[in-house]
Amino acid sequence: MEYHSPASFDEASALAAQAQGVTRFLAGGTDVLVQLRSDLVTPDTLIDVKRIAGARDITRNADGSWTLGVAVSGAEMREHAELGRDWPGLVEAMDLIGSTQVQGRATLAGNLCNASPAADSVPAMVAAGVRVTITGPDGTRQAAAEEIPTAPGKTSLGKGELVSALHVPARGDRGGDAYLRFIPRTEMDIAVVGAAVNLRLDGETVTEAWVSLGAVAPTVLLVEDAAAAIIGTTLDDAALAALDSAARAACSPIDDKRGTVDFRTEVAGVLARRAARFAYARAKGDAK
Amino acid sequence: MSRVHVTTTVNGDETEFLCDPRETLLDCLRDRLNLTGAKEGCGTGDCGACSVTLDGRLVCSCLVLGVEAEGREIGTIEGVAQGDELHPLQRKFIEHAALQCGICTPGILVAAKALLEKSPDPTEEEVRYWLAGNLCRCTGYDKIIRAVMDTAAEMREAV
Repeated sequence: MEYHSPASFDEASALAAQAQGVTRFLAGGTDVLVQLRSDLVTPDTLIDVKRIAGARDITRNADGSWTLGVAVSGAEMREHAELGRDWPGLVEAMDLIGSTQVQGRATLAGNLCNASPAADSVPAMVAAGVRVTITGPDGTRQAAAEEIPTAPGKTSLGKGELVSALHVPARGDRGGDAYLRFIPRTEMDIAVVGAAVNLRLDGETVTEAWVSLGAVAPTVLLVEDAAAAIIGTTLDDAALAALDSAARAACSPIDDKRGTVDFRTEVAGVLARRAARFAYARAKGDAK
Repeated sequence: MSRVHVTTTVNGDETEFLCDPRETLLDCLRDRLNLTGAKEGCGTGDCGACSVTLDGRLVCSCLVLGVEAEGREIGTIEGVAQGDELHPLQRKFIEHAALQCGICTPGILVAAKALLEKSPDPTEEEVRYWLAGNLCRCTGYDKIIRAVMDTAAEMREAV
């Protein structure tokens, strides 16, 4: 295995474009190094992105939007009070992943590119409208977070392409987000179902909404029907029931040791409702 | 396989080693630098027995490559005591009998020290969540938590 620690994303991309065999990018390493250690994936070329300028930065832009470096750890996000005030659901989703030790290394970009359908931060990113910059041999392009994973462990990134920055929209007024997951214990487990909701209010009425579900399909889903079910409502019981059924209708989960198809489908509806109520309370300023 | 030359700082001392790029920081500490305090439990970041600090941040050294340590500052259990003088956490772990077999203990001490530096007056809940990534199969955790809480109280009085 060759290890590289390039100084720029262009250099990282060129290294990957020229590499033979299996190439992996190393951010926090909490997936890549586990796969290496358990002989699941032994890269021929490993490209560490942590020393690239800006990779460790959390930046609030003039318009209120955020640019997050690809090597920013969960712990760094958690410690950033202003980011947590704007996007508590996104920060909490990332914070749910693993132990203190894992939080010291794990990154949003890595969670996205590992392409697990159960990745906790990904529904929160998708609901928040996170976009990523991708650097490749032909320059840079942008994509929505939900366009990156295409199947378990597979991404839409081409040879020589890597995510080089994450962009979180400006929070704006009367907005709120939340992510909830079901696990059979209180800590340190993989989501059986995850649900994220991000919404905006005008008065008491939901004017914009995004609903995303994890671990109920081969990739994290952006469920437009579920968002449509609550837009224009005050999140009354009828709207929540419509949200619940739209969320359940979007599910195509697997049966495994963590949960059956029926269980996952039902829990997706329940968590979508609870996350919507939580995001709604945050948007009104009733909850932190 | 060509070896990589790594220069890094461990417990305040600049040091260097040669390693294969696939070697973990844990293996480099143990096999290249003879610092065998960090233990390998699971090797996949689940048990915390290999906990060290990397630029002050608590990490599992089994999930860091040795080559990543270039130019960084590593803190291990060997740097916790000052010569023969034990760190208050180490004293309290003995006092409370907060260990049995001891394999998890170096990792728990490094992790608990990182917590108390960040949060000198933690709640019991905070301690339990912070140490959730440090598995102990002997003690049932209760004495560990009590030892950490007691250390925190003593260290606050000392300030």
